[in-house]
Amino acid sequence: MPRRSFDEKLEELTQEMTQMGAMIENAIEMALRALTCNDVRLAQEVMRGDAEVDHKERGIETLCLRLLLTQQPLARDLRKVSSALKMIGDMERVGDQAADICEIVTVMGGEPGRGPSQLLSDMARHTADMVHRAIDAYVAGDVHLAREVMAFDDVVDDLFARVKDELIALLSAEPSQGQLALDLLMIAKYFERIGDHAVNISEWVEFSVTGLYKGESLP
Amino acid sequence: MEKIIVENLNLYYDGAQALKSVNLRIEANRVTALIGPSGCGKSTLLKTLNRMNDLVPGCRMTGRVLLDGQNILEANTDVNQLRKRVGMVFQKPNPFPMSVYDNVAYGPRTHGVRGRARLDDLVERSLRSAAIWDELKDRLHKSAMALSGGQQQRLCMARALAVEPEVLLMDEPTSALDPISTGKIEDLVAQLKQRYTIVMVTHNMQQALRVSDFTSFFLLGEQVETGETERLFSSPQDKRTEDYITGRFG
Repeated sequence: MPRRSFDEKLEELTQEMTQMGAMIENAIEMALRALTCNDVRLAQEVMRGDAEVDHKERGIETLCLRLLLTQQPLARDLRKVSSALKMIGDMERVGDQAADICEIVTVMGGEPGRGPSQLLSDMARHTADMVHRAIDAYVAGDVHLAREVMAFDDVVDDLFARVKDELIALLSAEPSQGQLALDLLMIAKYFERIGDHAVNISEWVEFSVTGLYKGESLP
Repeated sequence: MEKIIVENLNLYYDGAQALKSVNLRIEANRVTALIGPSGCGKSTLLKTLNRMNDLVPGCRMTGRVLLDGQNILEANTDVNQLRKRVGMVFQKPNPFPMSVYDNVAYGPRTHGVRGRARLDDLVERSLRSAAIWDELKDRLHKSAMALSGGQQQRLCMARALAVEPEVLLMDEPTSALDPISTGKIEDLVAQLKQRYTIVMVTHNMQQALRVSDFTSFFLLGEQVETGETERLFSSPQDKRTEDYITGRFG
């Protein structure tokens, strides 16, 4: 079989990407749970875990650079390695944002009755699902799934707009809840950004499979 | 604009078909790389472009090869004149066993150039064009056989340039050279394409990427895919091209 060791390394790359994907999906899920349950300890656990995500990113970066150096991949192999290099930047940011959400949860202090609305929870769940599907699309080389994720961003953006309206209404009705409204707005924004990163990841999946990035061929 | 157009070219060596209905357009003042596994016909095609295949017994061709619109396969083609217009550099440096000067002056003398001053000028210009003048200007009358491999190859390029060709054919010109000499030849190719049309056979994908504007992939005597080099190496359209350039051929 030609290039066996190279194929093994590419398989290793896929596995590493899957693991990093699982780590950030887990971080988002835990952040959402910490938020919903006002669980400060769980939030702190997510914040501590972010260093592992960063470490995984560096490991994948090294693997990709070594593959570029030693194998000089071309065509689909080059696209696979280069898109992985781009994707891990977005994946690392997702990890950061899960930690940022948790930092706010710790500041909110775990007081009961200060959780997110159903709308915000829905939005959070949708963004977590987008990340999950974007990673699945990479592993399976499924460009249709990647495009579904890109299209779903509109749903999340719409939910974000509704959450904002909800928080404006809260501020108007209860001016004393200003701090809570701002905290929840920040959290909503972080989730919305996570959705954007899932879109970025999906765009690189599309490039990896088709050679087209945002409809244009690279280089 | 195309310098060379290959139309429906078939080539047979004693009945065995080495090129099958090849169609290819070679742009003027561009570098076109021919890639493909050994025996795919790329060197055969290269040799067809200046009728070097005439020297192979049992070689028969059908189709047309147009150089500036003129079919060079026609029987009345002046092959000497053709080879002056379409020069060749081979895989292994092959300097003649004579001085540096005489190597470069050999072609022009054959084509009737006389006069010391004119030849001196031609030799200097050719060596400068091949980026080797500075290294050899004090050794012009020493044997070319004493040069390093990289110097010999650039001397051979100077020799090819001395007859002022329009097209330069290069058959794996760096496969016998070290990385530094290879880099010099590649830099040279980049400069020379401003004045010449270059067709290069190479087994080195990265070299094709570095130096060529267009790449054509050959397999079993067929031209499978031709396109802009970066496009062909990043997103080939044909699965056979993809399998070959990613090393998963077969």
